[in-house]
Amino acid sequence: MAKHIVARVEDIPVGERKTFSVRGRAIVVFNQGGEFFAILDKCPHSGAPLSKGTLVSLVESGEPGVYQRSRPGEMLKCPWHSWEFDIRTGQSYCDPASTRAKKYAVSVEPGCALAKGPFNADTFPVSLEDNYVIVEM
Amino acid sequence: MHLVIIVDMARISFHSSHNKHMSAYRAIAKGAGRSVGKHMDDQVLLDRAFDGFTELPVKGAVDCDVHPAVPGTGALLKYMDDHWREQIVERGIDGLDAMSFPPGIGALGREDWRLPAGKPGSDPDRTIKDVLDGFDLSFAILNCLYHVQGAYDENMSIGLARAVNNWVKAEWLDRDPRFRASIVIPTESPELAVDEIDRLASDKRFVQIMMLAGGEIPMGRRFHWPIFRAAEKHGLPITVHAGTNYRHAPTSIGWPSFFVEEYVGHPHMFQMQLLSLITEGVFTKFPNLKFVFAESGFTWLPPSIWRANKTWKAMRVETPWVDRPPAEIVRSNFRFTLQPSDIALDGTGLAKTIEHIGSDDVILFSTDYPHAHFEGKRALPPGLSDSQIRKICIDNPLATYPRLKEASR
Repeated sequence: MAKHIVARVEDIPVGERKTFSVRGRAIVVFNQGGEFFAILDKCPHSGAPLSKGTLVSLVESGEPGVYQRSRPGEMLKCPWHSWEFDIRTGQSYCDPASTRAKKYAVSVEPGCALAKGPFNADTFPVSLEDNYVIVEM
Repeated sequence: MHLVIIVDMARISFHSSHNKHMSAYRAIAKGAGRSVGKHMDDQVLLDRAFDGFTELPVKGAVDCDVHPAVPGTGALLKYMDDHWREQIVERGIDGLDAMSFPPGIGALGREDWRLPAGKPGSDPDRTIKDVLDGFDLSFAILNCLYHVQGAYDENMSIGLARAVNNWVKAEWLDRDPRFRASIVIPTESPELAVDEIDRLASDKRFVQIMMLAGGEIPMGRRFHWPIFRAAEKHGLPITVHAGTNYRHAPTSIGWPSFFVEEYVGHPHMFQMQLLSLITEGVFTKFPNLKFVFAESGFTWLPPSIWRANKTWKAMRVETPWVDRPPAEIVRSNFRFTLQPSDIALDGTGLAKTIEHIGSDDVILFSTDYPHAHFEGKRALPPGLSDSQIRKICIDNPLATYPRLKEASR
């Protein structure tokens, strides 16, 4: 598992998402409320680009007519068939046992730490004073 | 208009069973009920399909859909309270069969199960001989279709429902210890329906509650929940039998002109009620409640539950209380009576359908007596393994109706 620097933190503002190619794979990185989440940009169901999906709340209910809304923006709704995936685990809500979006660990590291390596910066220029989004793959 | 015509025909047929109307009617009915088309190939296939049907290899099966016919409102008079006895006589109210049950229709009365006089299914002794003895049953569950649900006056509806239930109890349940019955209720008046359920629930020979497949509003709506609450409280499944209150079109496209349209279209109504019950959250509210769809067919289930599962995945937020795929709810909370089985005519029978439903727990044996769905005693469609036959005939009904295992009184 190597660590890949994909962007400067400022490149993906809160509420935004950006796609990157990491080792030939399309990855989408979401900044949800200041927290970063990275998912393979391909729905496990039919291959839709999840980067075009919407981030919605988790809606549950234990009683007809009662709506329990929680975790705003943490469910990723696929743009093609509206299946929902938990952005923290990649798990499908409707079929958690066998359908899961591929999720990657993301971290934020300061440039000074990156300079020590080992990181795959590829052609990415790193400066000591910035913070960077790191995807593990 | 439609209702009046059919009721008239029904009257003609049981007041004078050998008149010319009856024989013309039988000829039409035979055409509709026994032959699927004019091409010889179709007929050959149909005959071959009946050939694949087999007799029950087990004793002690439970027939989950048998129809006792009320000979006429007169037969109910002694089971009514004084007010309704006088009013029914004074107003001359008779012939409350639904238009779905003109007794002369071939499909609704098998030739060899017809009586010398009177409606098919109106003689308990013949039903004992044909069904209980004929199929070597441990129990037969009686679904009386006398159309008390059709009375828009709620007071008359409960008056008639009480009379029907009392009649079933006295004339059938007391006649043979193998009879069991469904509680008939005025469906459109949940409060009165609950009173009737509570009145009869202590008699363990009433093993379920009957609703018709079509009513004023979709079945899953809260309006009906008092009935479901009472059912769950007493451990009574609800059987949903083909038929409606006939105040709304029995199809989603409007009123059909012909019996054949309505009868063939029944599964659509069941399909919608199944979705209504699931999406309204009935099984979140009443997780132990079982629904038995009777005379519904069930080979329509696989595409229906596939589509429901697929759409639920996209739309589940609309009904978040549906917390598992609809097909799973169908397998745990719905049961379906065997006859009629709308099977493929190519000999593959039911094996594939059961595989697609994903469970062989959901089918309950039925003859649908006196309706005509098979020949002789060959009530089992092809394609069932020995263990599936045992489950369908015995284990599944016993699991569905806890009261069958209890003492008979």
